[in-house]
Amino acid sequence: MLKEEIPDKMEQKQLKKIDIIFGWDEKCTPIQVVEKTIKKTPESIILDMIDSGLKGRGGAGFPTGLKWKFARNEESDMKYVICNADEGEPGTFKDREILDKVSEKVFAGMAICGYVIGAREGYIYIRGEYNFMLTTLQKKIDIFNQQLQDLKVDFHVFLRSGSGAYVCGEESALFESMEGKRGEPRNKPPYPTVAGYNNKPTVINNVETLVYTSEICRMGPEQFKALGTNNSRGSKVFSVSGDTPIAGIYELELGMSLKAFVDDFGDGDTKSVQVGGASGYCVPRKKFNETIIGFEGIPTGGSMMIFNSSRSMYNVLHDYLEFFTEESCGQCTPCRIGCQQLLKGIEAVKKGERPPSYLDDLKKLTATMKIAAKCGLGQSVANPFTSIVDNFREEIIY
Amino acid sequence: MSKYMVNLKINNTPIQVEEGTTILEAAKHLNFKIPTLCNHPDLSVAGNCRVCVVEVKGARLLAASCATPVSEGMEVNTNSEKVRIARKHIVELLLSEHNVDCTKCFKNGHCELQELASEYRFGDHVFIDLVKDRDKIRDISSPSITRDASKCIRCQRCVRTCSELQSVSALAVVNKGDHQTISSFLNKPLNDVVCTNCGQCINRCPTGALYERNYMEEVWDAIYDPNKFVVVETAPATRVALGEDLGLEPGIRVTGKMVSALRKMGFSKVLDTDFTADLTIMEEGTELLTRLKRAIVDKDETVKLPMMTSCSPGWIKFQEHMFPDLLDNLSSCKSPQQMFGALAKTYYADKINIKAENMVVVSIMPCTAKKFECNRSEMRDSGFKDVDFVLTTRELAMMIKQAGIEFDKLEDESYDSILGESSGAAVIFGTTGGVMEAALRTAYEIITGNEVPFTNLNIKPVRGMEGVKEASIKIKNTKPEWSFLEGVELNVAVTHGLANAKKLMESVKSGKTNYHFIEVMGCPGGCIGGGGQPIPTSEEIRKRRAEAIYAEDMGKPIRKSHENPEVVEVYKEYLTHPLGHKSHELLHTHYQARKRY
Amino acid sequence: MTNTEVLIHELVEKHGRTRNALMPVLQGVVTREKFLSEEAMIAIAHELDLSAADVYGTASFYTFLDIKPRGKNIIRVCKTISCHMQGKDAIIKAIEEHLMVKIGETSPNKKFTLLTANCLGWCHKGPVMLINDDVFPSITPEKAIEIIEEFAKKTN
Repeated sequence: MLKEEIPDKMEQKQLKKIDIIFGWDEKCTPIQVVEKTIKKTPESIILDMIDSGLKGRGGAGFPTGLKWKFARNEESDMKYVICNADEGEPGTFKDREILDKVSEKVFAGMAICGYVIGAREGYIYIRGEYNFMLTTLQKKIDIFNQQLQDLKVDFHVFLRSGSGAYVCGEESALFESMEGKRGEPRNKPPYPTVAGYNNKPTVINNVETLVYTSEICRMGPEQFKALGTNNSRGSKVFSVSGDTPIAGIYELELGMSLKAFVDDFGDGDTKSVQVGGASGYCVPRKKFNETIIGFEGIPTGGSMMIFNSSRSMYNVLHDYLEFFTEESCGQCTPCRIGCQQLLKGIEAVKKGERPPSYLDDLKKLTATMKIAAKCGLGQSVANPFTSIVDNFREEIIY
Repeated sequence: MSKYMVNLKINNTPIQVEEGTTILEAAKHLNFKIPTLCNHPDLSVAGNCRVCVVEVKGARLLAASCATPVSEGMEVNTNSEKVRIARKHIVELLLSEHNVDCTKCFKNGHCELQELASEYRFGDHVFIDLVKDRDKIRDISSPSITRDASKCIRCQRCVRTCSELQSVSALAVVNKGDHQTISSFLNKPLNDVVCTNCGQCINRCPTGALYERNYMEEVWDAIYDPNKFVVVETAPATRVALGEDLGLEPGIRVTGKMVSALRKMGFSKVLDTDFTADLTIMEEGTELLTRLKRAIVDKDETVKLPMMTSCSPGWIKFQEHMFPDLLDNLSSCKSPQQMFGALAKTYYADKINIKAENMVVVSIMPCTAKKFECNRSEMRDSGFKDVDFVLTTRELAMMIKQAGIEFDKLEDESYDSILGESSGAAVIFGTTGGVMEAALRTAYEIITGNEVPFTNLNIKPVRGMEGVKEASIKIKNTKPEWSFLEGVELNVAVTHGLANAKKLMESVKSGKTNYHFIEVMGCPGGCIGGGGQPIPTSEEIRKRRAEAIYAEDMGKPIRKSHENPEVVEVYKEYLTHPLGHKSHELLHTHYQARKRY
Repeated sequence: MTNTEVLIHELVEKHGRTRNALMPVLQGVVTREKFLSEEAMIAIAHELDLSAADVYGTASFYTFLDIKPRGKNIIRVCKTISCHMQGKDAIIKAIEEHLMVKIGETSPNKKFTLLTANCLGWCHKGPVMLINDDVFPSITPEKAIEIIEEFAKKTN
């Protein structure tokens, strides 16, 4: 769990299902949202975005309005808008659904962003595992591009594929991949809004984030602001799987307690919930009450994996560590070797080849990985490791 | 454009540096040493080893100091508790992935990982051993380079070197995750890919993952063999760098001590590759003038210009792979090393009454590609393998230590005669621009009867570390037989490092250049930066070695190749004249196109 | 030019001769030939003016850009925790028995290669498998075999 204290008067919301993402307004379709939004100045759109409190929905949670503002302020002949559809976090499957059902809202968000920052090209980088969507998606893009042209909007959406690399969901690794290289994250600074794709100012947003931007432009920031908490405005799409009778995709108001979530989604025997996918935190039952799903609690890309008492948390941790060991880009020492050490380490403790106290050595290692690894992948491995080892120590050892 | 200055504190000490400076560079000004592994002054920043991480006040993450620019008001701690713990962890992690067999390793005592481990004094290894296939993954297919993947720490210096400095890209990072490693194309043996054997990767590898194919045992065996007469030749660039591996500072000339040490080691004769460097000038200079005559007077369209030097075997292999269409532009002259071997086992063997089959020729070179060169099938014109073994400067230093010779206490000695006399023009072969300068000193005088119009014969335009250097010499007052060159602007270019060579070759191919003669050295800095020179290397070190070379040149009584009396004699007695029949038999060679990929 | 070289030439014409075109070109070759042969990588290096090692190093990074020879259809069964909990082991066992291969191997008639994959994004409908680019969520061992047999029929 997080070391940060949970503030006394943290807002806590009840579980509330929302219909912003997948809803459809016949009177204001995505292309019409673009049409009306570009009548405003870029500055006023940015103000709306900041005012709405929208933060990135891919897991990192950076304020979207600020990101657009930074990119707008850069001087450059070329700028880019990139939609990060590389959704690879275990337990996350909402972006696929969004692109399947309401892709036009994504394109609209991209076009508006392009208008705001001064980009003429937008790319959707979609993971290779979703290749079955390419043909249909391209058709929809073609239609939208034509509509943009008809509106005399100088913005064109392109489609690019990944080829099976989780780390390419990391923004700078994604740029590297689009540039025809290994998806190895870059040194930062410079940040993407200064030098991103092709080393030009780039706004890279998650699929879901882009839908929210177009929705905020459609309905104004007030409706969005009214939802959620001070630090976690709005709603979010959650991918729910595991030991639940109602696995699926749900848009929920941010700020709910995990207890409220489990009450609705658990199977009555919930032992733990992994919030945020393999790189997130494992919350044990005794902490459901005090855990808030929001940026002030556990920030998340929306993956919620529910485990009941029949599941072995050792298996869960082993699975996550195997995942990271395979998916690490391999360039930096703490992650490339650290992940292997963690995986082999828990195996050794399980087999009795190392004493239980070795887990504490490994926890110290993850503390180093958290601050010394080059990118979020290596930095996040500490989250599942420490949260599972701390809360389910017996299952790891015996 | 003036640069902004930035104020920051490192370990509570204030400092002001230019905007854009990295934390690592700023710390150097203050003499705070931050350890590094993937960082190298010759290469782009990688930021992957994470050894150089430091704590920045207010930041959650540690910053890689090699990759993080300073910012106003930054407060950096290079040795906080978090940093120390992180560094220890990182070195321990590297050791767990590393085949730790230091006592057997070629880089024992010269390994950057070993140094870091010793600084942290670990004791028992904490982590689990991850080394896979430790015995199966050493590649000794190449005559020049040994690659041992079990020692690789994935710093990627070799990959960046081969790509950025040499534009060959024979090595790449492959796979990801726990299978990530560094490899050649489809993991083929180095000998089967486009590796040019230049050894620049060896110069920058921090561990024993890359080192030369070494022949020290073979050479000791030959020296001990009572039936063998072992002759050693020494390259120009070795004499200004050998001291670095024997406790001396870069840029100290140790020629006399080197000769003394070689004698004490037991070589039968200590001779000088510089002699054949002078010979190369005679042959190559004449070849150039012949091509010019055929082009200008005979209007022979088959003549290939610009002519290009051919003494750098890494460069030669590069051309054979990458620009086989330009192979006819190369001079047909062998390198000084190989000319020496051919002459040693014929002319010289006769002179001193030794049977060629009993003679072993060893050369000491700043170069790893020379090991490949002496094994080329064309290099047997004496009837035997012309040069038997090539040792790098580094190997020689090791052998001197093995022999228990206290190098810095040695008295200077002189080379044996014959094949030991050389001019200043020969010595400057060791640095970029040297072959060109030596050639011009002779060619100009042949054509005009006058010395080159440069003070002290120092042709400054072709000197220095710039990637491509150009010079133009107007030829005036020619002798009658060279009148066709009267008024001609002789355009020459000099380049070093294969990335620069590639650019130059593409210019030549495009037809946009009008050079007559080009010098190419495969290594940055020329031979003084060769793949067999002492490690570490940097532009600063190479500059100091180059200065020593030019100082050696100035100190020589004879400064032009054609005035070397031993050279005059070998033509009089044996070769008759440059490009004569004997020369073609022994001193010239041909090249072969190789596959591009 | 061989078929592979023609394909690559066409892909480069379509996607451009810059480094940025490398991914689409590699993907185009893998879609047709199911893996990247030595010949293919050399041809790509030639067309894009890269070193062969560079092409190899880039391709080998991506799990779906196979460097090893594969069968005509590539089966990838998700092995991440949610699918594990929903019975991926039974799926894999059934396929292994049916095709007489182990994970990583290609069937004797070269029609199928069986591989595992990390989270394919169908955690609420596991177990899931890909065959080439087609996705099949909510499979049972029986259904998996049925789907494979359909593929077998339309593959020569």
